[in-house]
Amino acid sequence: MSGTMGNLLEVRGLRTVFDTRAGEVRAVDGVDLDVRPGECLGVVGESGSGKSVTFASVMGLVRSPGRIEEGTIRFEGRDLRALSPKELRRIRGRHIAMTMQDALTALNPALTIGEQILEVLYAHDETLPSVGRARTEAARKKAVEMLTLVGIPSADDRLRYYPHEFSGGMRQRIMIAIALACRPKLLIADEPTTALDVTIQAQVLELIADIRTRLGMSVVLITHDLGVVSEYCDRVMVLYAGQVVEEGPTAAVIGDPRHPYTKGLLRSIPRLSLRGQPIEPIEGQVPDLIGLPPQCRFYSRCNERIDACLQPIAMREIGAARRARCIRLEEETRP
Amino acid sequence: MTVSEPLIRVESLVKHYGGRRSLMDRLAGRPAISIRALNGVSFTVARGETLGLIGESGCGKSTLGRAVLRLHEPTAGRVTFDGADVTALSPAELKAMRRDMQIIFQDPYASLNPRRTVAEIVGLPLKLHNLAKSGREARDKVAAIMERVGLKAAHLDRYPHQFSGGQRQRIGIARALISNPRFIVCDEPVSALDVSIQAQIIKLLIELKRELGLTYLFVSHDISVIGYLSDRVAVMYLGEIVEMGPVERVLQSPRHPYTQSLLSAVPDVDSPGLRKRVKLTGDLPSPQAPPPGCKFHTRCPLAVERCRTDVPVVRTVGEGHTAACHFAEELVQG
Repeated sequence: MSGTMGNLLEVRGLRTVFDTRAGEVRAVDGVDLDVRPGECLGVVGESGSGKSVTFASVMGLVRSPGRIEEGTIRFEGRDLRALSPKELRRIRGRHIAMTMQDALTALNPALTIGEQILEVLYAHDETLPSVGRARTEAARKKAVEMLTLVGIPSADDRLRYYPHEFSGGMRQRIMIAIALACRPKLLIADEPTTALDVTIQAQVLELIADIRTRLGMSVVLITHDLGVVSEYCDRVMVLYAGQVVEEGPTAAVIGDPRHPYTKGLLRSIPRLSLRGQPIEPIEGQVPDLIGLPPQCRFYSRCNERIDACLQPIAMREIGAARRARCIRLEEETRP
Repeated sequence: MTVSEPLIRVESLVKHYGGRRSLMDRLAGRPAISIRALNGVSFTVARGETLGLIGESGCGKSTLGRAVLRLHEPTAGRVTFDGADVTALSPAELKAMRRDMQIIFQDPYASLNPRRTVAEIVGLPLKLHNLAKSGREARDKVAAIMERVGLKAAHLDRYPHQFSGGQRQRIGIARALISNPRFIVCDEPVSALDVSIQAQIIKLLIELKRELGLTYLFVSHDISVIGYLSDRVAVMYLGEIVEMGPVERVLQSPRHPYTQSLLSAVPDVDSPGLRKRVKLTGDLPSPQAPPPGCKFHTRCPLAVERCRTDVPVVRTVGEGHTAACHFAEELVQG
């Protein structure tokens, strides 16, 4: 990987495991990733690919029986794993914020949305007056501003409402408002639209894109939908069974996928234009993450496999900006 | 109707939920509130056809699938299956009819009894309809259908939790198929699955349809899935079909503004950013108090005064293509 300078977030060799009775589950196994200032990175993978655990690790949210075994997580050059819980809290919520997939369970049902936004502001916003009525007034004003920014009408009034009084799309917006309350430099959005209808999904994604431009923040969009990645992300990273298998500029990866898994995923998407043509699914299923043999993890499902795949496979550079974890890339002639 | 009577004919189907008042409501003189899930839906499904049903949460598409099978008793209207009036059947007759009409559910976790083995789950319809003479025969039949849907017959005595999501959906399909039905309601059968597994199940459903001559009513919120496997498509909004027709026509030249905005909201992996977004604002209105006139007028980008008062009639805009919009004739998307 080139140029470590200037990355907002830089993760190297991240391994997160979960100890279970059946054995050690290697949920994230050697993930490297970069997020550059202002960019939108799409992270794609199916259930069990490790996409959510990777970012839970970045946020310091991995709890027992899970643990980060090794790896460095640098945010603006500072190693987050070396920070004290107090120092980490100062960064999390203030400079890195995360929205969860399910807004209904992520929001506290017993507090009004106003209380939930104010909590973040009181904890992190240093620009607020330090004491008294002025502080309350300023925080409240900011909360209204954030809700208005995410498109909640008559926000002033809505501060007194509880999460259940909003629709699914509105709740997702409220969670985004809470995440953005302190104008973070990095927003990690974990499946922000999976539970939403397409017309609402479009509204929420447009909103994130719009705020990204206005605030100049970076966004990590965790999703299983390649269509969403194609429309909204500058770069994309494909995860499979705990490892990054392909990474590069979105248009290049989707237009010319190089890893057999990425190719298979793209072939799996039904399209109107493919009517009458047989769909070509990836056969089989994701391997058990306990006691994985040291070989290509996609081996059992791959239609391009050869004997040489039965060894640990490293990432290979494809030009300056792309990488893929496939041994057969060696066979291609390089310019 | 001389050529061939459609397998399924649905006429003005209505389903209202609720409407009962508590004592407090009665004392306070509050009116009954009912949810109007279906408001006079009519369509046919020809033999061997797949009719796709799309719409967003709360539009009534799942209710429609269930009301057709009388899993939910319709409030009014009529459903005929191969000429027989399903809505008029006695409970015993309905049970016999269910052999021919089956359903595959969305959630492969919630729709299988966790305390029964696969052999029991899949074999139950054989028992209910007396389709096997002996336990041995039932087991053989279950084993055969398991193999057909891509499961190992050796796993017959396992419990649902021992299978992955995709495998469980195959169990649900096996259960629906074992009584040799002619018509299947597929209620979001791939929505809970990962992309690669989703493709496996779609492929299986298409193969089974061809081999067994099945007819599908395929309910989904995913327009790409519907576009890929349906012959005709019906678009629902607030308990009504707003547009219906051959899939290419409806998805490539939609005539109802709702269909147009729905299609434009789907992110496209092949040509990102090429489509003109028809933006919808706001959420779906409550089906307890649907708006007057055209039900879509509160979110429609093209609504005019007339839409707020006049209910649009269904117009024919092409061969087998209908749309319920005052301006359907003019709304050709360029």
